[in-house]
Amino acid sequence: MSDVLTVLPELILAVGAMGLLMIGVFSGDKSYGLLKWLASGLFAVAFLVMIGSGAEQKLAFGGMFVTDAFALFMKSVVLTGAVFALGLSGQFMRERGIARFEYPVLVVLAVLGMMMMVSANDMLALYIGLELQSLALYVLAAFNRDKLRSTEAGLKYFVLGALSSGMMLYGISLIYGFTGSTSFAEIAAYGIGSGTNGLGLLFGLVFLISGFAFKVSAVPFHMWAPDVYEGAPTPITVFFGTAPKVAAMALFVRALIVSFPDLTQQWQQVVVFLSVASMILGAFAGLMQTNIKRLMAYSSIAHMGFALAGLATGTVDGVQGVLVYMAIYMLMTAGTFAVILGMRRKDGLTEDISDLAGLAKTRPALAAIMATLMFSLAGIPLLAGFFAKLYVFMAVVEAGMYWLAVVGFVTSTVAAVYYLRIVKLMYFDEPNENIEPLKDRGIAYVGFVTAALNSPLHLLLIWPLTLAAGLAAQSLF
Amino acid sequence: MSLTALAFYLFASITVFSGFMVIASKNPVHSVLFLILAFFNASGLFLLLGAEFLAMLLIIIYVGAVAVLFLFVVMMLDINYTEMREGFLQYLPIGALIGLIVLVELIMVVGVWQVAPEIIGTPAVAAAPDLTNTEALGAVLYTQYIYAFQAAGIVLLIAMIGAIVLTLRTREGVKRQNISQQNRRTPQTAIEIKKVKVGEGL
Amino acid sequence: METFLLDYLPILIFLGVAIAFSVVFVGAAWFLAEQHPDSEKVSAYESGFEAFTDSRGQFDVRFYLVAILFIIFDLEVAFLFPWAVSLGDLGMFGWWSMMIFLGVLTIGFVYEWKKGALEWE
Repeated sequence: MSDVLTVLPELILAVGAMGLLMIGVFSGDKSYGLLKWLASGLFAVAFLVMIGSGAEQKLAFGGMFVTDAFALFMKSVVLTGAVFALGLSGQFMRERGIARFEYPVLVVLAVLGMMMMVSANDMLALYIGLELQSLALYVLAAFNRDKLRSTEAGLKYFVLGALSSGMMLYGISLIYGFTGSTSFAEIAAYGIGSGTNGLGLLFGLVFLISGFAFKVSAVPFHMWAPDVYEGAPTPITVFFGTAPKVAAMALFVRALIVSFPDLTQQWQQVVVFLSVASMILGAFAGLMQTNIKRLMAYSSIAHMGFALAGLATGTVDGVQGVLVYMAIYMLMTAGTFAVILGMRRKDGLTEDISDLAGLAKTRPALAAIMATLMFSLAGIPLLAGFFAKLYVFMAVVEAGMYWLAVVGFVTSTVAAVYYLRIVKLMYFDEPNENIEPLKDRGIAYVGFVTAALNSPLHLLLIWPLTLAAGLAAQSLF
Repeated sequence: MSLTALAFYLFASITVFSGFMVIASKNPVHSVLFLILAFFNASGLFLLLGAEFLAMLLIIIYVGAVAVLFLFVVMMLDINYTEMREGFLQYLPIGALIGLIVLVELIMVVGVWQVAPEIIGTPAVAAAPDLTNTEALGAVLYTQYIYAFQAAGIVLLIAMIGAIVLTLRTREGVKRQNISQQNRRTPQTAIEIKKVKVGEGL
Repeated sequence: METFLLDYLPILIFLGVAIAFSVVFVGAAWFLAEQHPDSEKVSAYESGFEAFTDSRGQFDVRFYLVAILFIIFDLEVAFLFPWAVSLGDLGMFGWWSMMIFLGVLTIGFVYEWKKGALEWE
């Protein structure tokens, strides 16, 4: 019975998703709007139940599932991201004729998978949560099935995702073979192993990390991100850019910190490489983009690089940095996509960066929101994005990895170019296209809330956020 | 050579051969048929390892369902065989490289196994020796591993939703069967009686 | 190890016999029969015409849906085998565990029925 109580938030989502499916199938696609609200309600209920059950560590199902402060923190971020994504999808989905009732159901099921990933304390639970999430995401990417771009995005994501799952599974099987257990705790207890055994374990670890790197789109496993971001319907891209990244990062952190504490030296090298490569590629490849969704894909690759730099330290402070970073990253991404969904000309939505020219004159409020978010993404001091980077790089410097900090500093300066270019376009160029006024309330709300949270107002909230992240990070060590 | 070893070499060589033929045969339908052969022989290998249940599952699921799905998919695609083959040589070097890497890795893994067999960890759940395979699975799958089991059920549910979301289309202009409506038909609604006069048509 | 494999010995023998016979029959037809093939004899006979198109017609995508739904329920059945074998030792917990699993899939079944995925049209 205590097992059931521990997984109560997940159980609510699972049963709720099935309930939504039944409501949807018996009342047809017209229930889309209702289901979206109900799905958000489910997230809210799950969140409240989760908060209510507290942050002390609880194991369930023979240690396969764990809830602790870390899970609580990451799940809250995941749920918030999912609510933002649902809030942004009203008008867009209706206009494209893809406002089908399966959409909210699949989002709930994907979030269920993410919560299982965040709480996974066993390789088996890890894999099954990951597959639950991925399967729902593959379908969502191809949701606009009559559009070539969308089906291509779905197919690409599926094929590469299946490949990465295969690699991860191979890694897990090696780890299981050499340690004799799938449980994180027992793998940790096994330690390094001796001689050839340690080598085999290391092989498994590298394959496992490759799989994680794919899910967080770290270089060199990033190639799906730009195409999927561009091809998937934009509200679904918002979802892709926020919740799954957070969940995958949570999995990444927990699996490495909890189950391989004795191999820190070894996995650090791999994570440092992933981090440096992602920061560099994300910063430089982003410079050449003209489509804003592709730009956001490269931006997210770069941001994942920064977050991984925190993990690379392997210290409590580093993990705290990752948590703060992921929370702020989720807010920035959701807000930016809200503005992208608001870029509407007479003939429909536009994704060209050049169409933002002169936005400050035509739509000053939208431009102000976008400018705040761009400054925050660039990491300009006093905005939330700055503190995200600050915490990570403080931890990196404390761990004595000075050159990693230098790479991070240089690449964030390079990446700032493309964020600031958008601000310049909006404020100093002549308008060539009229962006229509916002009609969708959801976009306005999400844009306003995220911009407010990223603006210097966040100074009121950053203290509790870092405190919570610190407690969450502590619970892993 | 014992009979088991003979059976092993028979199954293993046919598996490798048919695996090669899957990628080498010109006609995709033949590829699928070779794949089925590979599944059968792999199931024989599982049997030799003592994994009876897995062997039977391989036949039920892979041969019975997955191979049929593959066959449908192959028949669904409108592909030109000669065009499809053209890319083969182009991708051969990189394919060979990847194959080589995987081979080296497998050799390393197997090498470890032989060098020090005692360091391979003990299984998480030790099977009771007097149980058959299926019983041993059944004893833990639904109780100890209930979390993974129920999650697998939800994965199947998502697969179902996904397949329908992506491929189901309702066609226009198709008369669908509506059983209750058909049963509700009475002679009054279905039949019209007309008096036909002699010498005149209807 | 060897003892349980003995149960499968008849299948192995059967397999050997089947392979031997098929090799003999095909081989005999190959080596013993008189063959004088020419281009007309080996070409396909289609009412005196050359074949107009490939004999392989393209399948409808609906077959795919049927096949994938079949796989899902096939997998579900695969989970039932070990359960049926060891239900006696599992008790009520094991029973309800499977009932919940089947319940989830029944939800899926209701969904696909109502969506009309099982109708051919």
